[in-house]
Amino acid sequence: MIVAERKTIPELVEILKPHKNILVLGCGTCVTVCLSGGEREVSIISSALRIAFRVQGLGFGINELTIERQCDNIFIEQAAEAIQRADAVLSTACGAGVQAIAERFPHKPVYAGLNTTFLGILEERGVWTEKCAACGSCVLHKYGGICPVTRCAKRMMNGPCGGSREDRCEVRPDRSCAWQLIYRRLKNIGQLERLKEMEPPKDWNSSLSGGPRVLIREDHKV
Amino acid sequence: MNANNSEPIIVAFCCHYCAYAAADLAGSGRLQYPPNIRIVRMPCTGRLEVNFLMKAFEAGADGVLVAGCEEGSCHFKEGNYLAKGRVNTARQLLEEAGLEPQRLRMVNVSAASSQKFAEYIREIVETVTGLGPSPVKKMEKRTTNQEQTGVMP
Repeated sequence: MIVAERKTIPELVEILKPHKNILVLGCGTCVTVCLSGGEREVSIISSALRIAFRVQGLGFGINELTIERQCDNIFIEQAAEAIQRADAVLSTACGAGVQAIAERFPHKPVYAGLNTTFLGILEERGVWTEKCAACGSCVLHKYGGICPVTRCAKRMMNGPCGGSREDRCEVRPDRSCAWQLIYRRLKNIGQLERLKEMEPPKDWNSSLSGGPRVLIREDHKV
Repeated sequence: MNANNSEPIIVAFCCHYCAYAAADLAGSGRLQYPPNIRIVRMPCTGRLEVNFLMKAFEAGADGVLVAGCEEGSCHFKEGNYLAKGRVNTARQLLEEAGLEPQRLRMVNVSAASSQKFAEYIREIVETVTGLGPSPVKKMEKRTTNQEQTGVMP
């Protein structure tokens, strides 16, 4: 899922200052699951903003609305009326959702209420970790299902780097060394031989480095 | 809430299994504590959400007290620990919004600690009186926009 975290209230107040009538628009998908931009968080952020505006003596009106998915036109439709009524929209969706709303309403200022952080999983209650960098050319089959692109701080395709201490990463000692994890996993599944193969430099063309990506599916296009 | 009232208003979210019983006991025992408190009985402080705390301040509360069971003795095992994290998150949000985080406090009391409960109330009333009325009250009258949640009609 896409993981995001909220921007600070002073940051949001600064962004929203030029407007009087604001719609805080939540998204019911990834950001609801990662507890940063769903209906509950929209309510919390709106409350904090109302308090901040009143403390600063600014007369603002804030409406709240959460739709199922902001990255999908069908769902955006449900918010159209509320968006039209507002001077500006503070979207608590991921970056994709914010842009989808902005594209759909070309004359309406749309701002991001969250910092979209990474693609990850829920590790334990209240803890999310990054697992995928969406590099566009998956190599997980070669590394026992542990991604060196995402989880090795040095993005080493032929590791380890030699700097790890015990099983800790040299760059972030509070994180596991991805290559230690890869070694253990390959050993457990009897594929240690894979480490003898030299991996050529990764082609980053399929990643964001090759420019924004587009996926076209002929079988689903109308 | 009365915006002109100079006496601070404290909303107290009390757990049914401990603090609420302690408040009851304080009443039965004729213990005196400031009448500024508005008690909201919770099935467990674990039911508390950050939202409830923010709404209380938004509605003009000068202070909020969350009173749960002593650590390790929650009726539902971990409700008071959940509340602790949520209170800390709300304090952070309040500070960002420009309100003093001291206006929100969590305490742990047992059902038998009526004295302690009364003492905590005195403490928060004293703290909040020292901080003065909540600046949110200044603009108590809502702007023309109605707050809405859920799908628009």
